[in-house]
Amino acid sequence: MKSILAALADAPAAAPRVLWGAPASVAVDDLAQRTSLGGRRRELAGRSVLVATRDQLPAAVALLELDGLARRIVVCPPDIAAEHMPAVVAKAGVDAIVSDRDATEPGEWGLSVRVTSHLALSPADVVDVDLCETEWVLLTSGTTGAPKLIVHTLASLTAPIAVGPSLGSDVVWATFYDIRRYGGLQIFLRGMLGRRSIVLAGIDESPGDYLARLGARGVTHISGTPSHWRRALMSPSARAISPRYVRLSGEIADQALLATLRSFYPGASVGHAYASTEAGVGFEVNDGLEGFPAGLVGAPGAVEIKIEDRSLRIRSPRTARCYLGEDVALRDEEGFVDTGDIVERRGDRYYFLGRRTGVINVGGQKVYPEEVEAVIARHPAVRMACVRSRRSPITGSLVVADVVVDGEPTPAHKSDILRICHEQLAPHKVPATIRFVSALDVGAAGKLVRQHA
Amino acid sequence: MSNVKPTVIALIEQIAKDDKKTLPPLTDDLVLLESGLDSLAIAILVARLEESLGIDPFTDSDDISYPVTLGDFIQFYERAACSHEVDSGRAR
Repeated sequence: MKSILAALADAPAAAPRVLWGAPASVAVDDLAQRTSLGGRRRELAGRSVLVATRDQLPAAVALLELDGLARRIVVCPPDIAAEHMPAVVAKAGVDAIVSDRDATEPGEWGLSVRVTSHLALSPADVVDVDLCETEWVLLTSGTTGAPKLIVHTLASLTAPIAVGPSLGSDVVWATFYDIRRYGGLQIFLRGMLGRRSIVLAGIDESPGDYLARLGARGVTHISGTPSHWRRALMSPSARAISPRYVRLSGEIADQALLATLRSFYPGASVGHAYASTEAGVGFEVNDGLEGFPAGLVGAPGAVEIKIEDRSLRIRSPRTARCYLGEDVALRDEEGFVDTGDIVERRGDRYYFLGRRTGVINVGGQKVYPEEVEAVIARHPAVRMACVRSRRSPITGSLVVADVVVDGEPTPAHKSDILRICHEQLAPHKVPATIRFVSALDVGAAGKLVRQHA
Repeated sequence: MSNVKPTVIALIEQIAKDDKKTLPPLTDDLVLLESGLDSLAIAILVARLEESLGIDPFTDSDDISYPVTLGDFIQFYERAACSHEVDSGRAR
């Protein structure tokens, strides 16, 4: 497959395409002649390049420039803990970094090739090496809190799927996702290859300010998780946008939210998609109902879906290729990815019940109960903890904990445990509520009995 | 129901303290998402209100209009608390 810039050069857009950030913007067609990489594309050719920027826009521009040039692009999400970076650098064989910070700042893992991105573009250097098919490496959270590295290609990230019922003309995309996560990245890449402009959120830009900017730029197509959309509906700027297409993915889309969005944005088609970093975009549901039609299961086509052992399994050109630095197969022998999402058939539809492994999805971000339990157990009075999911009308799920302490539980126990959690965990992993119980079930194998879907 | 507002305010203050955030004055016209509370904080608030008041109007109601200001939010709970009392009165 051609690199993105080569594909864009082959078929220029009728109107200029722009990546709108806050406050900067970049005209995408300028990247044919100009670069954000300070004339250093040649130095990055054939390398494994970590893209670690604070802002989304410099990452977006670097990704466009590096596809087909770098051997591997490692896309660093914004909130990854610094302690995990040495392992990521080692597993992915990273030997160069692109960042938007001053290259003299410490903490860049001793990499000798360090390129600072500048959105004031400069003339591009000519690269005379053989361009390669770049591996795209995405990070998702793993059981211990250390990220898992997942390998995609441009082909798997953008394999054809009709996004939305009918795109029409003058489409401008936006995504509440960060483009450095799968949900945002595939919208970004599809938008670029579809020759659309895209509006990206700035660092620390409030939801209200972002919505107001989407309105001002005439955004027509917007994607986000159900939690992103609930947050948007709680903003006074929710009326600033008038989308033609509202897309939900990354979490279970419930009927109440789909109905609320339809009545709030009467001019929009509201659809939800099933996608994960490993399985890719599985399918889209545009009939306005939660769950998905049973007819999708077993239907012939590029994407094949089966249900085995209650979980949804997908084989398609959009699944990831493998994990990096881990001896775990991402696909089974027949090429299916087990999504771990448990579904149940009622009538002619399947409905999502939750995750088999007990992973908790808080507003689209994964939380492994084991990681939180280990932190709670650092309190000297804690004998045992069981972390589980609780439904939330705002973020889909929340983390809650049942805890057994030595002796009588006191309010101080609760506040001390929460303090330890706040110190050592990302905010979405801290239990929203803690309940003291006298005992927890331990199964025959000596393991905590978890109540999964 | 009279204890809704003080409960909401006390819980918001506690959540902000846990997040080490300073809040603007908690007036009725304060826009929730501009108060320094993000959607995670609001989700935690909703979960803790269910613990202390026994109601979750977001999940109990079929017709959701998402509250924008703190005043909307408190009213949403006060209305739910009233109908909750009526319902449980009838059940007795």
